[in-house]
Amino acid sequence: MKIVIHKTLKHYLYKSLLNYKKCKELLINFIVMKLNILIIVILLMVSCGKNNKTAEVFKEVTEEAVESEIKKGDIELEVYDYAGFETFLNRKDDKVYVINFWATWCAPCVKELPYFEKLNSEYINKNVEVILVSLDFPHLYDKKLKPFVKEKKLASKVIALDDVDMNSWIPKVDKSWSGSIPATIIFKNDNSKFYEQSFTYEELEKEVKQFLNKILYEKGD
Amino acid sequence: MKKAIKIISAALLVLFISAFALNNMTQKGYGIGDLADDFSLKNIDNSMVSLADYKDAKGFIVTFTCNTCPFAVLYEDRIQALNEKYGSQGYPVIAIMPNNTDVKPGDNMQAMKQRAQEKGFTFPYLIDKGQKVYPKFGATKTPHIYVLEKTKKGNVVKYIGAIDDNHEDVSAVKIKFVENAVDALLKGEEVMQKETKAIGCSIKV
Repeated sequence: MKIVIHKTLKHYLYKSLLNYKKCKELLINFIVMKLNILIIVILLMVSCGKNNKTAEVFKEVTEEAVESEIKKGDIELEVYDYAGFETFLNRKDDKVYVINFWATWCAPCVKELPYFEKLNSEYINKNVEVILVSLDFPHLYDKKLKPFVKEKKLASKVIALDDVDMNSWIPKVDKSWSGSIPATIIFKNDNSKFYEQSFTYEELEKEVKQFLNKILYEKGD
Repeated sequence: MKKAIKIISAALLVLFISAFALNNMTQKGYGIGDLADDFSLKNIDNSMVSLADYKDAKGFIVTFTCNTCPFAVLYEDRIQALNEKYGSQGYPVIAIMPNNTDVKPGDNMQAMKQRAQEKGFTFPYLIDKGQKVYPKFGATKTPHIYVLEKTKKGNVVKYIGAIDDNHEDVSAVKIKFVENAVDALLKGEEVMQKETKAIGCSIKV
């Protein structure tokens, strides 16, 4: 469509400069079309910029555009209520589990995710497993969470915890947890430690090493 | 000599433990029954607001909230509703924005003013500039609510936690924690559920 108008426009400009009126009409058509495209491009750019910057405000108008790009069902997401999720906390198989509570809308959580990813990849053969527990809003699983997991190519296991009765389950994860995220629990069998804080990679590695050392100690005993 | 060492080490131990306990207390902020210190914070209308300004208040619904946290946003209308319901009964909402605005420019004074105007907030929306007030309370996230009762001794912390038990769907709320607490205080009764937990955005330092 664009090309057709373009060609005809050239044709008129070239051959019939006299036919001013028709040319003007075509020119306006052409400009309007270009403008439309320009506006769409600008809108997309602006909305994308917003997404990247804050990632916190979730009611973006252009979410539909994002959604249509990423086919639903591309990513299988395991969703649990607390009773279902609890089994992840009760594993006693000599493995060190690093369970991180996060959400795409939580900026400090997103910031520290690469450290958990790094930990997962570097300690995967050392009996350590990272599980990323998303607390995203269920109505945004398809629009926000799945595209995020796909885009960031998260290799750690990602599950979603959907249980509105937070006052019941937050203290079950840890009595000291006020409910702010990011929050992380590291455990091995009956030893566990809870952290209501952000991590650097070094801090995270140090904590995990303590659990790994415990294994060595126990085995040496 | 041995005795002296024993006494000194015992004294040291006591000192150590008490220092630890004190440290713990300052970190955790107010607990139920503690007296909350007054503050003087800048409101969106540029005036300075203190609890002492509210001569006729019976207490306060001190709410740590902000513009940028989706959980806080979900509760904006409910915070406004609390002020409409309880402001006239002597329990006004006092909202405090605790975030570092260098980290979260979307929470700066101008953005706060704009948000308050858009939503028609009828309560003061104060900025914790310097971030000295929220640590005293022990607030860790937004939204985080502290219901205070004004007594002769001062403002006593009577409830800490969430507004209700369903952030996602107002119509599916089963327990209105803050309303129950304020209703009890208005009747001169004991608050049944004094502390609740909810997910929220960590306060940005």
